[in-house]
Amino acid sequence: MLSKKHEMIRKLAREFAENEIAPYAAQIDETGVYPKELHDKIIACGFHAVTIPKEYGGCGGDTVSATIVTEEFTRVDASASSQLMPNSLSGGSLMLFGNEAQKQKYLRALAEGTMTGAFAITEPGAGSDTAAITTTAEKDGDYYILNGRKCFITQGPDCDFVTVFAKTDPSAKGVKGISAFIVESAWEGFSRGAVEKKMGMHGSPTCDLIFENVRVPKENLLGKEGQGFKICMTTLDSGRITVATQGLGIAQGALDEAIKYVKERVQFGRPISKLQNTQFEIADMATRVECGRQLVYHAAELKDAGLPYSKNAAMAKYYCGDLCNNIAYRALQLHGGYGYMKDYPIERMFRDARLVAIYEGTSEIQRVVIANHVLGK
Amino acid sequence: MKVLVCAKQVPNTNEVKIDPVKGTLIRDGVESILNPDDANALEEALKLKDTYEDVTVTVVSMGPPQAETMLRECLAMGADEAILVSGREFGGSDTWATSNAISSALAKIGSFDIIFAGRQAIDGDTAQVGPQIAEKLNIPQITYVQSFELKGNEVVVQRRLEDGYEVVSVKTPCLLTTIKELNKPRYMTMKGIYDAYEKDITVWGFQDLDVPQEKVGLKASPTKVFRSFTPEPKGAGVMLNGSAKDQVAQLMESLKEKHII
Repeated sequence: MLSKKHEMIRKLAREFAENEIAPYAAQIDETGVYPKELHDKIIACGFHAVTIPKEYGGCGGDTVSATIVTEEFTRVDASASSQLMPNSLSGGSLMLFGNEAQKQKYLRALAEGTMTGAFAITEPGAGSDTAAITTTAEKDGDYYILNGRKCFITQGPDCDFVTVFAKTDPSAKGVKGISAFIVESAWEGFSRGAVEKKMGMHGSPTCDLIFENVRVPKENLLGKEGQGFKICMTTLDSGRITVATQGLGIAQGALDEAIKYVKERVQFGRPISKLQNTQFEIADMATRVECGRQLVYHAAELKDAGLPYSKNAAMAKYYCGDLCNNIAYRALQLHGGYGYMKDYPIERMFRDARLVAIYEGTSEIQRVVIANHVLGK
Repeated sequence: MKVLVCAKQVPNTNEVKIDPVKGTLIRDGVESILNPDDANALEEALKLKDTYEDVTVTVVSMGPPQAETMLRECLAMGADEAILVSGREFGGSDTWATSNAISSALAKIGSFDIIFAGRQAIDGDTAQVGPQIAEKLNIPQITYVQSFELKGNEVVVQRRLEDGYEVVSVKTPCLLTTIKELNKPRYMTMKGIYDAYEKDITVWGFQDLDVPQEKVGLKASPTKVFRSFTPEPKGAGVMLNGSAKDQVAQLMESLKEKHII
């Protein structure tokens, strides 16, 4: 049960998503560009800065509010989630570990929409194995000299600054010796790779970020030296709720498309919604989507209540990563041949869904997290 | 500058059905919304607030306690304060009784410069309450406003007619009724929603207003509903295609067939 305030947020987010985003979803998928006018409208309504505190120009809202917005947006366009990144990864690490000056400079810029942020952990040789990163930050007086290459960076092509994880102590073993830095894209030595050609999520541009002797002032160290792994994991814990919500949104969107289609499509002299197979499929899909919703909102409520939520967030992310692929597959199947055509949104949803089970911790990593909680390390 | 907006919470008539036996709206399970024309009224008031520094926008509504949700939406769009006129004494009011109550509430607010009211509510479609309020407050009114401009203490508007518009100017204070052509209402903002739930909504009951019981409520309402019914839908019309000449020929033939000419 949502509060009246949360119901109002859902009403606003749904109206906005259906009237402003949905008409552009196919075009965004085709061009890979989020129209500036639409981006500006998202900023004007404050959807991107729901969880950023008021003193830094945000709305001061809770996780449930951000979850509602993400669900409603991704229901019509999964790649809209990247427009909301300040609520999760790019803003999250600053909110959790930034000092006052860093928050005033970078978090405020995210809230005001004057800067775009990104979050860079993954490297060509370090995906799930975070400890294997080879990007280094060598101390040089009041600066750190950053060298390395990050890949698959969401919003990389557009980012004005990025939280980068690098080794400050190469002799330290495993996840020790990693630190986090806020690096501006305008600094010398920063460059970007080509925009990746992806299977889906075209409205969320991705590229490599390359650091060649980038001089990072020491005041841009996020948290403490050697605290990087903790910053990374804590931010991702929270980010998992967001990605789980994307899975939920895609699943709900796919279910909506299936329901609409089976009522319209006539075979054997009647709408296919009158066939028992269709009814059983839709009933099963709707039930699973509701299971996903309960997991997602429960994790969000735990977080808002200040209770441990790491296990629940991992469960939600694992379940919804699978859910959106399952529901999109079955919704497409109900569309038959038409579902395979780009004329129907389900084709895009099917492609977009695949990423949810992969990024910000694969489904396999989520099960490692869940098992650690359940079995004990 | 003090700007007042009259707003009403209405059932979303896109979804509403009529009870065939009772002849009344089936309101169960139907979403309640801010009346669309009133959203245009609020938008025009908020545009004044965007343009000038010293503008306060107060939204006034009459209705049951649930109307508070609609008023919070108005606050979340950017209104400064909201007043709800609510009480059993007002129940069953028709337009005359409603305008008695609302004009009394507006008079209680004191001085104001412009009152924006939506042309009509989608649940009744009377378009009477706005004009009646202006009469009872003894201020000028312009109805069906499709464009608005403020020049000092003078308001210049386009007033929509069936086949065009007329340009009318009037000095403030005045009341304007707004139509959807006037503007596109803004969305609420996320910040606005949070702020709206931190504000109090003023509720005025019967005792708070200087209006006698014989002027409000069901008994005071001269409107008596004799019967309501759902009209039979007309059959689909026939579209004529082709050049103007062909279309006229087809039309003539059809009229002759029906022995109209």
